Amino acid sequence: MSIKDLPLEEYFNPGHTACQGCAAATLARMVGKIFGKNTALHIPACCLVVFGSTYPLAAWKIPMIFVAFENTGAVISGMKAGFRITGKEYMNVIGIAGDGGTADIGLQSLSAAAERNEDVIYICYDNEAYMNTGTQRSSATPFGAETTTTAIPGKLEFKKDVPAIIAAHHIPYVATASTGYIQDLVNKLEKMKGIKGFRYLHVHCPCPPGWKFESNLSVDIAKLAVDSGMWVLYEIENDVKKISKKLHSRIPVKNYLMAQGRFKHLTDGQIAIIQQNIDKAWKKISKEEVA
Amino acid sequence: MKKLLTGNDAVALAAKLARVQVISAYPITPQTQIVEKLSEMVLKKEFKAEYINVESEHSAISALAGAEATGARSFTATSSQGLALMHEVLFFMAGSRLPMVMGVVNRMVSAPLGIGCEYNDSMPQRDSGWIQFYVEDNQEVMDTILQAYKISENHQVLLPVMVCMDGLILSHTLSTVNVPDQSQVDHFLPSYAPLVKLDEKDPYVYGGVFAPGEQANILIKYEMEKAMQKAREVIVKVDQEFTEEFGRGYGGLLEKYRVEDAEYVLLTLGSMTSTCKSVVDNLRNEGKRVGLIKIRSFRPYPAEGIREALKNVSAVGVFDRSVSFGSGGPHYLEARAALFALNKPVINFIAGLGGKYVLPEGIVHMYAILEKKFKNEGMPDIFWIDLE
Repeated sequence: MSIKDLPLEEYFNPGHTACQGCAAATLARMVGKIFGKNTALHIPACCLVVFGSTYPLAAWKIPMIFVAFENTGAVISGMKAGFRITGKEYMNVIGIAGDGGTADIGLQSLSAAAERNEDVIYICYDNEAYMNTGTQRSSATPFGAETTTTAIPGKLEFKKDVPAIIAAHHIPYVATASTGYIQDLVNKLEKMKGIKGFRYLHVHCPCPPGWKFESNLSVDIAKLAVDSGMWVLYEIENDVKKISKKLHSRIPVKNYLMAQGRFKHLTDGQIAIIQQNIDKAWKKISKEEVA
Repeated sequence: MKKLLTGNDAVALAAKLARVQVISAYPITPQTQIVEKLSEMVLKKEFKAEYINVESEHSAISALAGAEATGARSFTATSSQGLALMHEVLFFMAGSRLPMVMGVVNRMVSAPLGIGCEYNDSMPQRDSGWIQFYVEDNQEVMDTILQAYKISENHQVLLPVMVCMDGLILSHTLSTVNVPDQSQVDHFLPSYAPLVKLDEKDPYVYGGVFAPGEQANILIKYEMEKAMQKAREVIVKVDQEFTEEFGRGYGGLLEKYRVEDAEYVLLTLGSMTSTCKSVVDNLRNEGKRVGLIKIRSFRPYPAEGIREALKNVSAVGVFDRSVSFGSGGPHYLEARAALFALNKPVINFIAGLGGKYVLPEGIVHMYAILEKKFKNEGMPDIFWIDLE
């Protein structure tokens, strides 16, 4: 579906309290548009549960439940089982969790749901730190990023590769996406809707206050991450991996890093480490199949 | 039909008879056989249910939060560390007013690591908003699970229920259980009619965020407290309905045994009640005026019931199979508060920890201490029966 043909109906409505430029809010809106009315959500502790459903306001026009932080995989499994046994198998059951709720505290429950190949969708919106509590390091925080718990020189370890971990469960569908490339995101959401079994989508979602950039640059920053090769768009259907956006030339990662306050302190040496890492990864990626 | 069943078998059969729709569970000794039995019955299509093989107890209860919210009748069972791991989500279930029933097979919580019966797993959950029953035998565990669904799903209650059974002592011991017919159970327990659910035609948010100081925060807790108070009536009523249907009952919140003219009364919990009843009979034969009250519902606690029943006694003993370190047992604190206005000696007997049997000698000792205490006020209030 072209983004020009997106349904006019909104299921994630204006009036929510996300920060300006919040990519997760864009993602939530797209999820609503693609999956529509016959959908139920679990949203664990994260920004989205706060800005989308703080009493007495609820931005969602589809039913939503919050249970806890670390159990999205389990809750959506139970929801699907409940719908199935009460004659509503047609319901799309989706969990939308942040990177902390996915890569850290929720990984066990997610892995178990993937291993059982539950007929549900899990979407991780990855803003690369615990943003809801004010930017603390998660295992999805990239090397070098300054957070309130990784003071300058920034995080010393590299980002955990959650999509690869989930792909190792050999589920029907795993993909990465970015709010900088909405058409690609929409394509993947649509594709997931038509697949049965466990589907995992990991969406790179810039966060203006956490990453320290002006809110009008949210889409640009997301694009820079993809265009520099720092965030790779791909999908894995039944264990076959295809690169969604092959880059013939990559812009230097320095352009992406220096556009954000969280990387402003990086030395040339640190930037070189990041660039080398990307170059090494792309040597392999350039040999992979393109969608 | 009469069958020889372990407590675990009785729990699994009760869940089937209650026509539970979603089961999610994780193995832990001494509860594992419940999980195995239910899994087998679902696989053999003995009844229609979804069975989710989760990777932890936290996920077991989380999956059921999701399932219950869609309007499906849900069941799980656990013990000890498993219940401790569920702790966080117990509050969510109760606060979101999601009715369900869980079988708790009581077992000590480490350290030390062990599988003996103790209530230190379920007692710390008493403030989570769950109704808690402690049962005496395998018949009662089966019947209480059936009753529990009717209580939990009552629209004036809508609180989840734990049915606690002594690990190993009941869970692994065979006894004769009168298994009711499915048709009778269906007549007693109608299918679940949720008040609200996750419904695309009428979308709700379950568990939204509340700002600090928001009045609704308090209202939600107040409504839970009112529901717990209402549960007292509902528990009694459901037990009466059960008696009409099946010809046996349990007295609702509590069971009194030879209390009417008693001087010394023990407040009991769980399987030791049966032993205590035989001790009471023997002591009565010797001319001692003793009795017992079995606390069946620990949450809500039958404070009024015991106050009324114990007006004329000389001293009251309170049995605890768990400890609230620094304050005696949790049951003792509860009973002592309930009996405060009677101004009578109330003594705590901590016994049977770590799966140690509470034997008749120990119970005789308890009654003897009660008699001494009444005559000599200088004695301590808390006794560790197996040590002192």
